[in-house]
This record gives sequence, C-alpha cells and structure tokens, in this order.
Amino acid sequence: MKPIRSLVLVSSDPESIGRGAQEVHRRLQRAIEAADLENEVVVSMVGDVGRHDALPMVIIYPEATIYGPVTPENVPFLVEEHLVERRIAAGLEASTRELSGRIAWLSARRGTLPAEQRIVLARAGLIDPENVEDYIVHDGYEALAKALTEMTPAEVINEIGKSGLKGRGGAGFPTGMKWRFVSQTDDYPKYIICNADESEPGTFKDRLILEGDPHSVIEAMAIAGYAVGANEGYIYIRGEYVLAQERLATAISQARQMGFLGETIFGSDFSFDIHIHAGAGAYICGEETALIESIEGKRGEPRSRPPYPTTHGLWGKPSVVNNVETIVNVPPIIQHGAAWYRRFGTSNSPGTKVYTILGNVNVTGLIEVPMGITLREVIAIYGKGMQDGASLKLAQTGGSSGSIVPASLQDTPLDFDSYARAGVSLGSGALLICNEDTCVVDLAKVSLNFFKRESCGKCTPCRVGTQRAYQILTAISEGVGTQQDLDDLQMLSENLTEFSHCGLGQTASVPIRDVFRHFRAEVDAHVQLKVCPAGACPMSGQLAKAA
Amino acid sequence: MTVGTKSAQDVNSLVQEVVGRHGATAEALVPILSDINQEFGYLPSETMAALSQTLRVPKSQLFSVASFYEMLSTKPRGRHVIQFCESAPCHVVGGRQVWQTLQDELGLETGETSEDGKWTLLTSSCLGICGVGPVIIVDDDIYGNVAPDGVPEILARYA
Ligand SMILES: Cc1cc2nc3c(=O)[nH]c(=O)nc-3n(C[C@H](O)[C@H](O)[C@H](O)COP(=O)(O)O)c2cc1C
Ligand code: FES
Repeated sequence: MKPIRSLVLVSSDPESIGRGAQEVHRRLQRAIEAADLENEVVVSMVGDVGRHDALPMVIIYPEATIYGPVTPENVPFLVEEHLVERRIAAGLEASTRELSGRIAWLSARRGTLPAEQRIVLARAGLIDPENVEDYIVHDGYEALAKALTEMTPAEVINEIGKSGLKGRGGAGFPTGMKWRFVSQTDDYPKYIICNADESEPGTFKDRLILEGDPHSVIEAMAIAGYAVGANEGYIYIRGEYVLAQERLATAISQARQMGFLGETIFGSDFSFDIHIHAGAGAYICGEETALIESIEGKRGEPRSRPPYPTTHGLWGKPSVVNNVETIVNVPPIIQHGAAWYRRFGTSNSPGTKVYTILGNVNVTGLIEVPMGITLREVIAIYGKGMQDGASLKLAQTGGSSGSIVPASLQDTPLDFDSYARAGVSLGSGALLICNEDTCVVDLAKVSLNFFKRESCGKCTPCRVGTQRAYQILTAISEGVGTQQDLDDLQMLSENLTEFSHCGLGQTASVPIRDVFRHFRAEVDAHVQLKVCPAGACPMSGQLAKAA
Repeated sequence: MTVGTKSAQDVNSLVQEVVGRHGATAEALVPILSDINQEFGYLPSETMAALSQTLRVPKSQLFSVASFYEMLSTKPRGRHVIQFCESAPCHVVGGRQVWQTLQDELGLETGETSEDGKWTLLTSSCLGICGVGPVIIVDDDIYGNVAPDGVPEILARYA
C-alpha cells in the first residue's frame, strides 16, 4: 500500500452533484496530477457528509479542514495552497459557526461533544467508499475473519444475543433471537435480506451508511449468513438511491475479487454471495413481507403473519430480514465483543442510534449518539437550539409512523424502553422538531396524506380508513369540522389499529391518537371556535375537497 | 425517446436486451420494468406486449405490477417531470407555500401533464434529502431549501 500524505474528500450527495461536485472532483484529480502529487494524495467522492450548508464541500485529512462551497474554478488555488504550500486556502473555508454539530463525526471532533460516539458511522466520511483497501486498513473484514476462523455459528449468534442488539428498522426486535429462529430450522436454502428500502419521511441514515461504508454491509451480511447457515443474501434498496446502488455494486465486485464473497471464504467451507435488488418506489415495500413479495416480482403487498419470514420468507424459505443500521452493528460486536458493546447506551437498549435532526432547529443533519440521550439534549447540543429562539412545541419521532411527542416529554431518554413506557415510539430515528407555528391538525393531516398515498389498497380498513381520516382532517383544517367528525376520527383511528392487515394501517392511527391525547384543546378550537391557534390552517370555510 | 421514433423491431430488440441483462426470472421483473421505464420515460404498451411474449407473463399481470410502483408509469409523461416532496419534514419548514406557488405557476394539479407536453407535476413522499427541505426534483436535478419566490427561477431553467 502506498504511503498517503493527504486524503481529499468531495461531498457527493445529490445536492452536491447538482452543484457540480463531479467537475470539482475531476479538476482536483487533474490539478493533483499536474502538481505531481498523485502518489501522495488520494481524492475521493464520499457521498453525504452530513452537512448541507456549503455544498459541494471538500474536506482534507489529516487536518480535517473543511472547504465549501467549492467551485471548479476554486480548485487550482485550493490545491496550490493546501496541498503544495501546505497552508489553509484562505477564503474558501466553510463557515465555522455551522461546523459545530453538523459534522459531529469528524475525527478531529470525536469526544469533544458530551455524548458523541460512532459505531455504525465510524468509517462513513473517513474512508474512500470505493476502495476496499481503505476499508481493510480501517479494520474491515476482520470481524468476518474472526467469525469464520475462531467462532462456531452458535457462538456468533450467542455474542449477538448477549450484546442486546435490537432492530433499528422500527420494531426493536432482538437481532440475536431472530437469527436463532432462522438457524434452528433445517429447511434450506436460507436467505439474508438487508432492508435498505428506507422511505420513512425524514429518514436518510441508511443512505449515508450505504454511500459512505458499503463494505460494512457486505461484511455484516456474510457474518449473518455464516451464523444462520445461509449462502445467499439480498440487499433490497430503495430505487431512488442511485449512488448507493452504484457504491454497493462496486463493493460487491471488489469483495468477490478479494475472496470475501464467493466460495470457501477465508479458507473455511463457508460460501456466500449477495444480489442487489432495487425497488421501484413504494413505501410499503419496506415492510418485510411486502419486500419479499417485491423481490419475487410481484406487487409489494404484505403477507399475513404468522408465518414469519424466519420460517417462510423469500421463496417460502427461512430468511433473516435486518435493517441496514442494525446489521452494520454486527462486525464491531463480533470484533470487540458483546461486553464492549454494552458499554454504550442503556442496559435495555445498548449501543448507539443514528438520528436525523430536522425541522425548526438551527442545524439540521445526522448524528450517532448512545441510546438514552434526551430530546432536550439533541436540540441544544446538536440542533444548536431552536431557530429564531422559538420554543419547542412538539417533535415527531420516527417519521410518519413514529409518535408526536409533546414538549413535556423532552426529558424522556431516547431508548426503546423509556419511550415505550411513556407510550410513544422511537421509530426509525427521524426527529422532526417543530416550533409553536406548527399546527397539530395540519401535521396530522400531512401524515395521513402520506398513509393514504402509500396504502397498498389490499385491505379495506386501511385503504378507506386513511382516505376518510384525511378528508375529516382536511375539513377540520378548513373550519368546517363538526363534533361528529371528531367522534368519527376517534373511531377510525381505533379501527385502523385493530383491523388493518399490516403495520402501515396500524401506525396510520398514531398521529390521530397522539394529537387527541396531547393536544385535544387545539383540535377542539378548530371545531368549536373555528380558529387555528397556530395560524397555519386555511380555515376558509370551503367545503373539503374530496381527495 | 418516444416509442413513435422506434420501429416495432427496435422495440422488440430493446426488450430482448433488457431481459438478457437481468434474466427471464420472476425476481428480475421489477428491474426489467425499471430499465424500460428509464429508456422511454414510461412503459409504452408496445413494450409491454413484447415483454409479455418474451417472459410468457400475461399483460394484465405486467400492468398490475407496474401500476403498483411509483417509479413506473404506464402513461406518457411531460418532457420535464417535477417531483415535489409533501412529507411532514419538508412541510413544516415552508413546503406548503412552495407547493402553492408551484401549482399557481404551472396551472397544474398533482399528477397532471401540461397541454404542451412540457411539464408533469407529481407529488411525492419523502425524497430522502430532508436535511435541506423543502425539496423539489426536476428530472434528475435536486433543489433544496426552496423558497416560494425561488420557484419561477427554477422553472425558467428548463426549455
Ligand atoms: C409500513 C412499514 C414500513 C417499513 N419500512 C421499513 C424500512 O424502510 N426499512 C426497514 O429497515 N424496516 C422497515 N420496516 C420494518 C420491517 O418490516 C422489519 O421489521 C425490519 O426490516 C426488520 O429489521 P430489524 O429487525 O433490523 O429492524 C417497515 C415496517 C412497516 C410496517
Ligand atoms: S421529507 Fe421532504 S425530502 Fe424527506
């Protein structure tokens, strides 16, 4: 491996690409060659860097200097100053005020924030995601080697079980237990499916992992395959995630070349290979049985459960379905042990959680923090406070299917158990922070609109219930809601929970339930006084348009 | 590309090529449809007929699958497709006003294509770029932090 003096990373999330990141990348390569530095400096596109205020950004290690926005015309100056003269290219630096928080993962900043810890995103943004050697240098494929050469499949499952790892796809199901179910069946073949469909509004954590560290997903899936006795894996990836698909395809072919995928991996008798399967735009395909239907070339309509995928999954065979964030916790657990992992987070929810912070805060972006941090801390430390000094009214956690959490719960630790005890849910890790200008009727309406459009239509309670609830909320927001509407809404919400075929319809009731529970007076004001206290609803008195 | 500029033979050979790339298996169906959709901007009925013959799958089943997925369209779309994110994270940071402006500027409702065939206006659930909401995607170009008064400028970029 060549000795590298500097690592130059160019942000290449879709927005950066739209603003010319590719041209910046090309010119950097040319300028570096022209300066005769190509043996000492590596240039790479790194996906989303977690900060979006000055794109495209160029980050140079080891100094961790952040430049942005960088135009193609800036490149010669940047290379001359920083890489040749070795001083800061004056005038091109991204503003430092914004620096705090957004790039919470920069190595230079690790440990400087109270609760900062990266396990899942340890490498994202630090390594060249298209270079397998870079992954290997950063401990890559060590856990797979350890599992295959030093551990039995049962020991691997035990270690994951002891770590207390729970699913990050929304349901919080213990991963070790899921793997054990699959390992215990003797129906073959078995499959490992990585759920990368990520379509919950406000969630883009999995994309960052896939774009920034694709080999970690591959390594983790291979370990899972070894543990449960599967030789084939599928990554079901959201159709819109084009860059992530390309990165994965590159990583898979590199892993095959290096012998991390294929036959007799690390000289063992274990073989494993992975297919990428791109979705085509349907939120419901994130539900594990709909996902399986979709791989099989059908409409992505959920199956009845039980039987569960652990016994009747893809092609009717036992299948592990794990979320991206869940599964990339596996290599570090195998490498460092369950006891190490349990040092992070809380005793019932060990480890870290990746959150996206959105809405009316000063700094939006993505963080990885130990389980158990509170909403107040997230807003103050990582969100840099509420925008314009406004006060927090509520947060919607976990996208549309999460909960609407009132400000009074902002000191409840963000972990599976504390949230469950408070009657709210953590969901997928999106934290939408809303100020007093947000109207709860409007928010519930937008959420129901989401469920209405994403309902697959297979079962009536969900198809009709989401339509009807949306219509009623629209009427209320237009000032023509009645007491009867409120009663109907309550009943619709109960019916959705009780009679829907799958999780989509069941969770569609959550925004209604939460708004009634925590903000009843505000809803009543719309109906009885015909006013929207937040001033957000039209209240125009028009008849609700049938949607 | 429109199907009008292609002969039946061309359509057929394109379908063959796409099927060759993915294999004629059940699990290849959605990827095959995605590729054809990418080529034409939608799924022309000629291609569905050719596909039905090649895969020996009834056309009705192909349409049933295609109509399920949002990225697949069985209807022709405008030269430029605008996707507007209407999910909550974009909505609470000003998306509502942007949507109003977009509709006023284009004179279109969700799902409509303008008479001159220039624009198709679609609403979408989260586009996965909520860090910079409100978000609009025109064709493959992404616009974040969109304000209502920035909308005309964005539209003016497209011929
Ligand atoms: C409507 C619906 C949508 C879902 N979408 C996703 C998703 O996008 N990604 C995901 O990992 N899990 C999603 N899930 C959860 C999956 O069904 C499944 O529980 C999860 O992939 C299991 O992985 P885990 O144990 O690692 O969390 C969804 C569930 C429902 C009901
Ligand atoms: S909510 Fe609009 S892009 Fe995610």
